[in-house]
Amino acid sequence: MAKVIVVTSGKGGVGKTTTSAAFATGLARKGHKTAVIDFDVGLRNLDLIMGCERRVVYDFVNVINNEANLNQALIRDKRVENLHILPASQTRDKEALTLEGVGRVLEELGREFDYIVCDSPAGIEHGAYAAMYYADEALVVTNPEVSSVRDSDRILGIMASKSRRAVQGDTPIREHLVLTRYSHQRVARGEMLGVDDVLEILGIPLLGVIPESQSVLQASNAGVPVILEESSDAGQSYDDVVARFLGEERPHRHMNGEKKGLLRRLFGT
Amino acid sequence: MGWLDYFRTSRKNSASIAKERLQIVVAHERLQRSGPDYLPLLQKDILEVIRKYVPIDPGDVRVNLEKDGDYSVLELNISLPEKSP
Repeated sequence: MAKVIVVTSGKGGVGKTTTSAAFATGLARKGHKTAVIDFDVGLRNLDLIMGCERRVVYDFVNVINNEANLNQALIRDKRVENLHILPASQTRDKEALTLEGVGRVLEELGREFDYIVCDSPAGIEHGAYAAMYYADEALVVTNPEVSSVRDSDRILGIMASKSRRAVQGDTPIREHLVLTRYSHQRVARGEMLGVDDVLEILGIPLLGVIPESQSVLQASNAGVPVILEESSDAGQSYDDVVARFLGEERPHRHMNGEKKGLLRRLFGT
Repeated sequence: MGWLDYFRTSRKNSASIAKERLQIVVAHERLQRSGPDYLPLLQKDILEVIRKYVPIDPGDVRVNLEKDGDYSVLELNISLPEKSP
């Protein structure tokens, strides 16, 4: 049975889809058969970030409603072997994701895949609930910013009480913090919550810190998961996230500034 | 940040303000969701009963459930106005 991983945050715009795309691509690149599902019914975007928007024929809701089978709806990634995308429906509403239907699709996927990455919509409504319900593990994507941290704590509370594992009394969902859009310069200046501050408040283990990076926008412009931009700081940090998730020890990088010379320190940058 | 910053009056940096505010709001919200679902309704009903007799505000009734080992203590804290009209 595959491992189901939800990428969630509560708040919108913090980097869930960017993280889902990078993380799923990273798992596949390590040789694991991986499917990434867009749960944002009505606001489909994972296809654009993954660069497969013109290849969408059938979607997740079609499969739930038995209007198409999984093989028809799954899009095979052209760059990375072992990677498949299940796009969201653009025309239905979120209620189309029945728990029973989602469970059926995950079970069928689970027979073939090692990892199923569920890209959650923002909010705490039905779509987010359906995305986290069956999860074994969760990547909680958070920005070092008050509203994002608060919403992450809220979604952690919901997972701890409403997920299938919680309802059935199984071992809880394993939670991981992915801190995105991090600027060590601003942290050093006291303008941004540091990684230790966020860890202290949320109290879940850190999987990785992704620096604020121009390469994220550039990658999304081109429809390339940023992890494939191997020379970019964000791409490298996502590669570390995947490696750590798979049990490898990797030091945290791109979190501290390079040493500043005396002149730069005096006259600023 | 240049050398001029060293001469500026030091004020509390915004990140530590953010952290303090978050710690308070998160602790408060965790307490709320750890209670059973009926607590807010119970609080509303109690408020309505008391209001029949004494004018009080919603914030004047506090319902707290504390777990201690295998028993729970339901604590009601109602602040009555100093002088009833």
